[in-house]
Amino acid sequence: MISRQDVEHVARLARLALSDADLERMREQLNGILGYIDKLRALDTTGVEPTSHAVPLVNVMRDDATRPCLSPDEALANAPERSGQFFRVPKIIEE
Amino acid sequence: MSAVATEYETVIGLEVHAQLATRSKMFCGCPTTFGAPPNSQTCPICQGMPGVLPVVNRRAVELAVRAALAFGLRVNPACRFARKHYYYPDMPKNFQISQYEEPLAEDGSLELEVDGAPRRIGIQRLHLEEDVGKLVHEGDFATALSSLVDYNRAGVPLMETVSRPDLRTPEEAAAYLKAFRAVLLALGVCDGNMEEGALRCDANISLRPRGSTELGTKVEIKNLNSFRNVQRALSKEYAHDYRYFPEPDLVPLQMDAAWVESTRAALPELPRARRQRFVSQYGLPAYDAGILTQSTALADYYEAAVRAHPANPKALANWITSELLREVDAADDTAIARSGISPARLAGLVLLIDDGTISGKIAKDVFARMLASGEDPAAIVKREGLTQVADAGALEALVDAAIAANAKAVADFKSGKTAASRAVVGQVMKASGGKANPAMVDRLVQEKLSRM
Repeated sequence: MISRQDVEHVARLARLALSDADLERMREQLNGILGYIDKLRALDTTGVEPTSHAVPLVNVMRDDATRPCLSPDEALANAPERSGQFFRVPKIIEE
Repeated sequence: MSAVATEYETVIGLEVHAQLATRSKMFCGCPTTFGAPPNSQTCPICQGMPGVLPVVNRRAVELAVRAALAFGLRVNPACRFARKHYYYPDMPKNFQISQYEEPLAEDGSLELEVDGAPRRIGIQRLHLEEDVGKLVHEGDFATALSSLVDYNRAGVPLMETVSRPDLRTPEEAAAYLKAFRAVLLALGVCDGNMEEGALRCDANISLRPRGSTELGTKVEIKNLNSFRNVQRALSKEYAHDYRYFPEPDLVPLQMDAAWVESTRAALPELPRARRQRFVSQYGLPAYDAGILTQSTALADYYEAAVRAHPANPKALANWITSELLREVDAADDTAIARSGISPARLAGLVLLIDDGTISGKIAKDVFARMLASGEDPAAIVKREGLTQVADAGALEALVDAAIAANAKAVADFKSGKTAASRAVVGQVMKASGGKANPAMVDRLVQEKLSRM
């Protein structure tokens, strides 16, 4: 069972500010999802490799060759704020 | 103090991040060139735009496998990438692609020497990951209102190796890093440039009662020039909850056993083996061999000089360690090539000493001229008329003159102070402009004084 504290913790990791009502709603929904996963867990998966891909491919690689980049202006086009050619973000360390 | 020192011991483990020497990034074709203008080396993939697909750089995998084999790690038959999540603006996508439960390689070691004693330091694992962006502060740190981000470095291929907590002193930690770097340079896996951040090190340090096998409370000391790491240190509670999960956009890597073996067979001679060979093959003291194998370029330089003048490997080592390395940085892999003195020319200089053409003293002057002009030593000796005077008649005249001018030294010698002959020898050498053959002068002076 997912507790209210679990939801608060995960919300904080994702930097989400949730109201009390949201926290409760998320707790219920997450428990619903986990309940479904418990059903899957009832299956016997002994000896079955955990699936991380739907396609059975391995070793998809590329040669070490460079390709054209975005121009700095293109790279910064979506930035809410910029300073020269830098992305500008809120100051990182707060006491 | 000493009581404390005997009760506790320091336990150090090192995490080293090495930038792999590739042209392009780990998962996209952006170049990895250092020092490019901010945000000029990014693309939708390393910017983490929706819908893009990363693709593994084959060269990065090959380099990491080469390093893994050199450290004796077991290359896992299969490995996988994972997303390491954290909320911090140095990665545009809010996760870093790394390897977690299934790293590229595990269980190896690095052999090093600390104060002449061999130490084997375990290496727990080696995995691939991508570097993150660089944060700088706008203006003064204390008053800055915002941080600035450059994503050129985001996505650059890194190899992280985690040592076992086998290190006990800062000296051992430094020796580990030095030996580690030398191996990577010899392999061509990383350029080792620490100022450009191509090799970075974090230390995990703890104290425990001596004799205890349990590790004490661990303190992580990160690269403190990295703000992200400071941040992590400050908010530890959340920093280690990375919610790793398998990277769904990358398929697993499977290592072909035959390919791994051929990579192992193609490994170059590593610095430690080369050092031991220098001792056995050239009769060098271990200390000199250690200096000469600090970098591949330096060791190659030495061996090229030995090939040009095989008769005197010891003298060549002495000239490099005591003269050449006064001028060039032994640890800088490219400095030796810029010195202007080729291995063949250094060999030529030692040959001129060995065949009696010039004295060791004159050779130092010739060396200084070689450094300045890059000229051939024989040409300098010829032009400057520095050829040693070994003609007995000419030397005898100089010795006679010196004896005549040093009545006190002669009297001292006759009264039993044999060391007084040195003053006469010195006088002759001075009068010859350093060109007199010192051994011949010494013999002539001894003979003449004894007969007086």
